[in-house]
Amino acid sequence: MSTALEVGTENCAGPETGEITSALEKQATELIARYPVSARSAVMPLLHLWQETFGYIGPRGVEWIAKKLSLQEIQVLELVTFYPWFRQKPYGKFHFRVCRTLPCALGGSGKTFAKLQKLMNLKSDGHEGAMVSEDGRFSLEYSECLASCGTAPVILRNDEFHQGVDEKRATELVAGCK
Amino acid sequence: MNPWNHDVAKDELDLVDVQVDGVWLRMPRGLNVVEVAHRSKKFIPHYCYHPKLSVVGNCRMCLFEMGTPKTNADRSPVLGPDGKPEIAWMPRPQIGCATGVTQGMGIRTDSPLVKDCRNGVMEFLLINHPLDCPICDQAGECKLQEYSVEYGTGTSRFVEEKLKKPKNVDLGKRIVLDDERCILCSRCVRFSSEVMKDDVLGFVNRGSHSTLTAYPGKRFDNAYSLNTVDLCPVGALTSKDFRFQMRVWFLKETKSICTSCGTGCSTTIGSREGKVHRVTPRENEAVNSAWMCDYGRLNIHYLDSKDRLHRPLLKAVGEQFPGTWADAIHRAAEGLGKVKPEEIAVVASGRLTNEELFVLKRLVGELGVTRVDMVPHSGQADNFLRSGDGNPNGRGAELLGLSSGGRKFSSWGAEIVSGKIRALLVLGGEDLVAAGIPSSALQKLDVLLFSGILGNETSRLAHVVLPSAATAEKTGSMVNVHGRLQRMTRAIAAPGEAREDWLILRDLREACTGGNSLHSVEDVWKAIAAEVPQFAGLSWAKIGDLGVQLETRSSLSGGNLVKA
Amino acid sequence: MAFSEQRLIFKNIDVPGYTRDIACYQKNGGYEVLKKGLAMGGGAIRDEVKKSQLRGRGGAGFPTGTKWSFIDPTKTTKPIYLICNADESEPGTFKDRQIIHKDPHQLLEGMILSCFANGVKLAYLYIRCEFTEGWKIMEKALNEARAAGFLGKNILKTGYDLEIYVHRGAGAYICGEETGLIESLEGKRAYPRIKPPYFPAVLGLYMCPTIVNNVETLCNVKHIVDMGGEAYAKIGRPNNTGTRLLCVSGDVVKPGYYEFPVGALTLGQLINDVCGGIRNGNRLKAVIPGGSSAKVLKAGEVYKIKEKGSDGNMLEKEVGLEDLRLDFDTLAAAGSMAGSGGVIVMDHTRDMVECLANISAFYAHESCGQCTPCREGVLWLKKILGRIAEGHGREDDPALLKEVADKIAGRTICAFGEAAAWPVQSFIAKFKAEFSARIARNGSASRHDTISLLH
Repeated sequence: MSTALEVGTENCAGPETGEITSALEKQATELIARYPVSARSAVMPLLHLWQETFGYIGPRGVEWIAKKLSLQEIQVLELVTFYPWFRQKPYGKFHFRVCRTLPCALGGSGKTFAKLQKLMNLKSDGHEGAMVSEDGRFSLEYSECLASCGTAPVILRNDEFHQGVDEKRATELVAGCK
Repeated sequence: MNPWNHDVAKDELDLVDVQVDGVWLRMPRGLNVVEVAHRSKKFIPHYCYHPKLSVVGNCRMCLFEMGTPKTNADRSPVLGPDGKPEIAWMPRPQIGCATGVTQGMGIRTDSPLVKDCRNGVMEFLLINHPLDCPICDQAGECKLQEYSVEYGTGTSRFVEEKLKKPKNVDLGKRIVLDDERCILCSRCVRFSSEVMKDDVLGFVNRGSHSTLTAYPGKRFDNAYSLNTVDLCPVGALTSKDFRFQMRVWFLKETKSICTSCGTGCSTTIGSREGKVHRVTPRENEAVNSAWMCDYGRLNIHYLDSKDRLHRPLLKAVGEQFPGTWADAIHRAAEGLGKVKPEEIAVVASGRLTNEELFVLKRLVGELGVTRVDMVPHSGQADNFLRSGDGNPNGRGAELLGLSSGGRKFSSWGAEIVSGKIRALLVLGGEDLVAAGIPSSALQKLDVLLFSGILGNETSRLAHVVLPSAATAEKTGSMVNVHGRLQRMTRAIAAPGEAREDWLILRDLREACTGGNSLHSVEDVWKAIAAEVPQFAGLSWAKIGDLGVQLETRSSLSGGNLVKA
Repeated sequence: MAFSEQRLIFKNIDVPGYTRDIACYQKNGGYEVLKKGLAMGGGAIRDEVKKSQLRGRGGAGFPTGTKWSFIDPTKTTKPIYLICNADESEPGTFKDRQIIHKDPHQLLEGMILSCFANGVKLAYLYIRCEFTEGWKIMEKALNEARAAGFLGKNILKTGYDLEIYVHRGAGAYICGEETGLIESLEGKRAYPRIKPPYFPAVLGLYMCPTIVNNVETLCNVKHIVDMGGEAYAKIGRPNNTGTRLLCVSGDVVKPGYYEFPVGALTLGQLINDVCGGIRNGNRLKAVIPGGSSAKVLKAGEVYKIKEKGSDGNMLEKEVGLEDLRLDFDTLAAAGSMAGSGGVIVMDHTRDMVECLANISAFYAHESCGQCTPCREGVLWLKKILGRIAEGHGREDDPALLKEVADKIAGRTICAFGEAAAWPVQSFIAKFKAEFSARIARNGSASRHDTISLLH
């Protein structure tokens, strides 16, 4: 029943305007079936499904999920804004999450982040959340603990996990974005 | 009506011994500690807790020190030198709202730890709260302000930048939200979800950035939305109708009831210098719990409508001219005296109080008039408080024998046209044109007397117009659709020369028949209690602030709205 | 002195040629214990778990047998749910990741046994979504187990039905808190529930009795059923039985994951002998022994620890930091906790102000915002610490930090309040001079680029 994408194929950039295919509907139905007691439990699985399909969760996604689960839109939006993994705006085609939590910070994740930011030519607007390059190719944000503190610093590039990402490795990873 | 009633114990007679601040008391088992403190004449401050909503325990203001009885090896309680059980106090404070009392429980509501907890919560709530009390509508009834006096420090140790959140958010037709003032207690969210089943409100974002909102494009407009303004312990939700109008500490509060439909929600009228500024629900489990509908709450603006009748009017040469009360009453009595009793019809209104109706009953009895009825008004009933009966006292009119529920009234139009009815006394401001009697018919009448609050097509045709008082302007009683007898009390004086109906009717009766034994509402009430079987044994005082349930006759058995 | 690990749960982890598919697992004896357990019956399994004295590996160290005993599957009329807490997100902890990635069927076998023992028919595996590969591995493992008849209808023809589904989190640390996790699984914001009344054993998922156990805990159940509770209890120390997965990160030569009997070695032995000592020839300055919520321990500290002597009487001993035994009770006696087993080591070059600022930034970001002290207080802590780190500290700040933390701990809905307050309380108490010195250096203070305060 797994409908998992292969690792490394995550879509981060959207657009959300794509077609809602019958395959997507089928996947949604399968996910909802996992919660025979309460369909509301399927909100997060459907949010993941939508985000993986369309890159982010805009009003169209919120409303589609609310309708599917007979919920009010606010009940879906409450979750989109609570869980940091969900995004309401498209990210870059290659999205980097750098762990900033203590063990990674001790391991130099600050330098890794700065290197990535420079390589991607990103400027912070002072707000929380991801920085996205003007061409939509890259985006970068800090993440909290990715649970691999022994191999710090660690990052996620889209859904690929990379460990021991020092400045040199960061440069390679950016270069490897094809 | 409410999914929860935390202020009522499961079994009020199943008592346990509880020590509250050193004093042993008997309290119902399982009753929560906030309520126990309240019943012990102690007070545990709280923001998120409300007896009619689910308990979420998020504000942490009701933290108290809890103890359990020390026990011996055989589980018997350890007794102290005073013979009372000894208590082992827990180091960690507990929330009063979610803690039910058990046998031997110790409660400290004013210990140093408890005060420290409250000081902490107060400081936390204020660090990001704007200091805009001077322009905040909640000022004077704000729990944040109120508790600050006791648990605040007067100075702030917070030197960081305050969080910025949306201000002046237009949530719906009647409500404005200031997110910077919001303390995220979730009362409004719970009310909408649990009581109204209308999930429009919610929190977005996380942590300190959590923000109350409605889904973009969705409006918080349900028929009971303004209850959230009452529930909001701070000035986050304000009523568009009331905001910036009046400081609440200037308001005189008068207990009354809402007369916008047959439910008769208990209300508090807030008035100042002869003007009603707001009406809020007054808790009454037998009628409306703690709620009322937005329509009833806002139905106060007719009080100073341009159509308001301020002076008696008398018709002469086809036009109405202002006159004195003496002339008006004289003209009215004279008119009724010109025709035979069987040629008179009286429109007794379900908008009149029992006292007014009773004086009317005397009048029609003494005149020998038999054509008496009221105009039915139907409203849109919902499954909550709104009744389909638009008459607030239709039941009272029935009990006093002044109503056939509109059955008689339905033939009066034809009887006026045929000349059977020559004089009509219209009370309660009923607009007969709107009720189906064409103005051409009314113009045929020899005598058309009108008493009411607002001018309308009927009043404009009347030979005598007797301006009367509105709900907020009079004292009296009514019986709601479920047979509950309730009182209203005058909050403000009627404008101009308008008078309470019972005075108008008293004078008219005196002028018509010489009958005069009723000098006050209480006198009227005494007579009602003596003469009307359903009111036997009741007195004005006995009705009390919450009213009394009358013996239900078949016509009164509308079912009990409040399901216990 | 060499310290060799005793690998029970990690037995097959990183063994050359060992793969995570079911064939490899079964080749190595996989699902044999399940057959044994199904034959034993649920009550017998629960008895063994009780005898094992297993304590939960998620952080609180609550006895698993006791947690299970709150629910009597023979008496309750409601369905019972089990949730595997695979939301591993306590900074410094990365043990569950190894199990999920490298030996997923071990977890499933432990989970199926635990479900069977407690009469559970429907269970969920709540996994953090940052394990982008991990959830797919678990989905695949579940499919394999289903195909092999270890899951689904009539498991191994015993008449027992069980379904397990993967449920992905979405980046919220608070979902590690069991009632927050339950709310999240119900499709809501992960607001922890008030207890009382919402104890999971009574009013858990969908208001039904629910068991929430950590990944490592559930794996242990498999080994307890395998060897028997009494044999298991002989591993480790009394009341601190079994093995423990230790995750070491920070300034050591060989950071990584290790498995030892609980209390088999001291903190010094772990850092110096197992992990090769402090890196770059630096000296030890501080250790956080049980995930970032645990109170920090300072090099050179001496603790008064009560221990049962050979005569059975309690003796108080003075024990130095490096001689602290790594078990639940000893670390608690030293004023910290074994927590999730995440040991974060800081060397003498580290700036304690920045380390604490980093930790507090984490908690400020992760506070769910439901209750007042945590929502308001934790961000306040972060702001003060950020300000000090940026060179704008005020003389009263250390005292203020302590007071704010004191007004959070013990007053919140869930243990997050303590998790956020304990680091502040302990860092300020133990490194106060460093904070004061940093404030005295105001203006000239330079920010280390190792610790980002962004967010």
